[in-house]
Amino acid sequence: MKFLDEFNDPEIAKQLFAQIAEMTTRPWAIMEVCGGQTYSIIRNGIDQLLPDEIELIHGPGCPVCVTPLGTIDKALEIAARPDVIFTSFGDMLRVPGSDEDLFGVKSGGGDVRIVYSPLDAVKIAEENPDKQVVFFAIGFETTAPANAMSLQVAKRRGMDNYSMLASHVLVPPAIDTIASSPNNRVDGFLAAGHVCSVMGTWQYGPLVEKHQVPIVVTGFEPLDVLEGLRRMISQLERGVAELDNAYARVVVEEGNLPAQELIADVFEVCDRQWRGIGEIPQSGWRISPAFREFDAEYRFGVGDIDAPESPLCRSGEVLQGLLKPNQCEAFGKECTPRTPLGATMVSSEGACGAYYQYRRLEVPVEVGRG
Amino acid sequence: MCLAVPGRITEIRDDRGTRMATIDFDGIRKDVCLDFVPEIEVGDYAIVHVGFAISRVDEESAMESLRLFRTMGTLEEELGVGPEAAS
Amino acid sequence: MADPDFDGWSCPLPLRRYERIVMGHGGGGQLSAELVEHLFLPILGDHDGEMHDAARLSLEGRDVSFSTDSYVVRPLFFPGGSIGDLAIHGTINDIAMRGAEPVALSVGFILEEGLPMETLGRVVEAMGAAADAAGVPVVTGDTKVVDRGQADGLYVNTAGIGVIPDGVDIRPRRAEPGDVVILSGTLGQHGVAVMSKREGLEFGTEIRSDSAPLHGLVAAMLAVTKDLHVLRDMTRGGMSASLSEIAASAKVGIEFEEAKLPIPGDVAAACSFLGLDAISIANEGRLVAIVPPGHADAVLAAMRDHEHGRGAVVVGSVTDEHPGVVVARTPFGASRVVDLPLGEQLPRIC
Repeated sequence: MKFLDEFNDPEIAKQLFAQIAEMTTRPWAIMEVCGGQTYSIIRNGIDQLLPDEIELIHGPGCPVCVTPLGTIDKALEIAARPDVIFTSFGDMLRVPGSDEDLFGVKSGGGDVRIVYSPLDAVKIAEENPDKQVVFFAIGFETTAPANAMSLQVAKRRGMDNYSMLASHVLVPPAIDTIASSPNNRVDGFLAAGHVCSVMGTWQYGPLVEKHQVPIVVTGFEPLDVLEGLRRMISQLERGVAELDNAYARVVVEEGNLPAQELIADVFEVCDRQWRGIGEIPQSGWRISPAFREFDAEYRFGVGDIDAPESPLCRSGEVLQGLLKPNQCEAFGKECTPRTPLGATMVSSEGACGAYYQYRRLEVPVEVGRG
Repeated sequence: MCLAVPGRITEIRDDRGTRMATIDFDGIRKDVCLDFVPEIEVGDYAIVHVGFAISRVDEESAMESLRLFRTMGTLEEELGVGPEAAS
Repeated sequence: MADPDFDGWSCPLPLRRYERIVMGHGGGGQLSAELVEHLFLPILGDHDGEMHDAARLSLEGRDVSFSTDSYVVRPLFFPGGSIGDLAIHGTINDIAMRGAEPVALSVGFILEEGLPMETLGRVVEAMGAAADAAGVPVVTGDTKVVDRGQADGLYVNTAGIGVIPDGVDIRPRRAEPGDVVILSGTLGQHGVAVMSKREGLEFGTEIRSDSAPLHGLVAAMLAVTKDLHVLRDMTRGGMSASLSEIAASAKVGIEFEEAKLPIPGDVAAACSFLGLDAISIANEGRLVAIVPPGHADAVLAAMRDHEHGRGAVVVGSVTDEHPGVVVARTPFGASRVVDLPLGEQLPRIC
């Protein structure tokens, strides 16, 4: 595909690897915030080919993983209702709540459907006027405009059978929290290119200033990730901390203004619980009072549901790079992708899930079912 | 985190006040909402996420990145240095 | 037969997450494997210790390949095929993966009350045409009708038998270090074609299902050598499931080069925007062969001469390293573990 294949060229990658190796003189810990970058790094084995001095810490940028247990339980509660068609992105169906996942609800009779876009959920609502259609709106800033648009469309069309269970999370407060931690080991952050395509890069300058840490806006194809790393290491080796954009073909400084306007109409900033991390102030979006009638928490009265997380799970430490996934006692034992205890094992993009899926050879877990 | 891929706009139309397009991803065609990229035109490439175009791909910038990548090896050989000056 | 003792299972990973059947139990991945391993085999018995597409039976001196499969695909008609031809091809292929020449098929219909006769007619016509073209007759059958709302139109079960030629012994455990891994053609077409018509995901595409009978191709390969070690049709779970199962049962490692995989551009594009992995998508007319190195070139040439093997390509080899594990070599020179998919692949946003 144009604009993908060119950025997958192994020959050019070799040159970038060589440059990075040449530039690197000291150990650096670099966090790629975004799960999409984690996926690209692990799937292509980029981390194996970097100099030993460079440690990649897989950040909390997988919305599926960080959606709090309590929110999943709310989704399960709503999805089990006989008058509801519950719609969701495919990723969320296998994420376990306290007792089961959405597949389990479906097998118990719940009408749970996978959609590609929130507009597909709106369409299902129009086709099923006698049902309540609920969309499970998770995601980072990238997904928020689409989710917001579906509420605006529903409002404009006067639909009273469409609502949304929203659990949006925001990248800059997460970076701020990690960089502020007294245990912080991260020397530089690769910011998430698609989040920045919506929100722009202007939010990150103040973080660079505050923490004196380089931030490089980075894309997702192997060459994009390598170029982001190259620019990051160049800054680190030179001892500077700047905001740089290595994904200029998609990201502009101001971001997508029409999208930002719609988000401001439909959502408002709130404190948000991150699974495995805890509460981060001002790190989420919830549905604003003007759209409250479309808020499924309100419509179905599930606002009070909450759930404690497993005490065995140490994903918070993993997400901060304080612990490698395979150093956790539960890794590959109590905690597997089939039976995840916490955020990072839930999806193949989570740090533990990615480790389990693609790097099991490095760890002694049981394989084979001969 | 956010799976978004570039596709080419092949057709633009209005659907009850929403600007929609058919986008071609190398032989895969999908209907996509254009409301967030009002300036985009047929033939442009857009980054698409969950059925919405969220950004226009700047072809010049893409070509520039690729050009820089390609000259990197040569520069290194000729000058014996990395292309820091170029970035 | 006694009731299964659900409390007494000693398995390290019982089906503890689900108290009911979920869709993933039919997805051909880990959940399906757990059902077979922990419920079906302990109670129904393990005939020959080989988990394969078909069983091998010895009937008065003749070795026979016997298999059954059920078809629940939605929609019933999709680009490049229908549930009808799929049901014929699928069982022929299962039988052929033992190296057998298929002899006859049975067909069982479960029909929903209210199903338009015209729909059933089209399905049966597709079956007839597929059976004729394959040269394998349908010799017996059955029809049941269930109440409206119970079968989503129609389901089909087919079973079949075939005769295994003397000297042919094809099964997963025969994979040996040094063997060559050959794919018969492109990956992912069937799964993507069906997905393009699925509610909520629809997209436009020219991709057609690869559904095809493979017994002719297998016969052509056996004409080169009877010493084919393993054949597997890469249906649910795709290539990654097939290779994972072979590696696990033969206790060998398998490696392949990602850059060599025959993934058509439009399949790759569909995978990109849905977030799927082409190596885990179902095929219905593609096999993977594990062949001794001395015969690999000749087998590959014979495959390419056959209409269902034109795109055959060597993608990797069997190794004595990392037994039980499949490893992909990435185009960048790194490696990663390829796992048996959990269940059906889901489109993802992140």
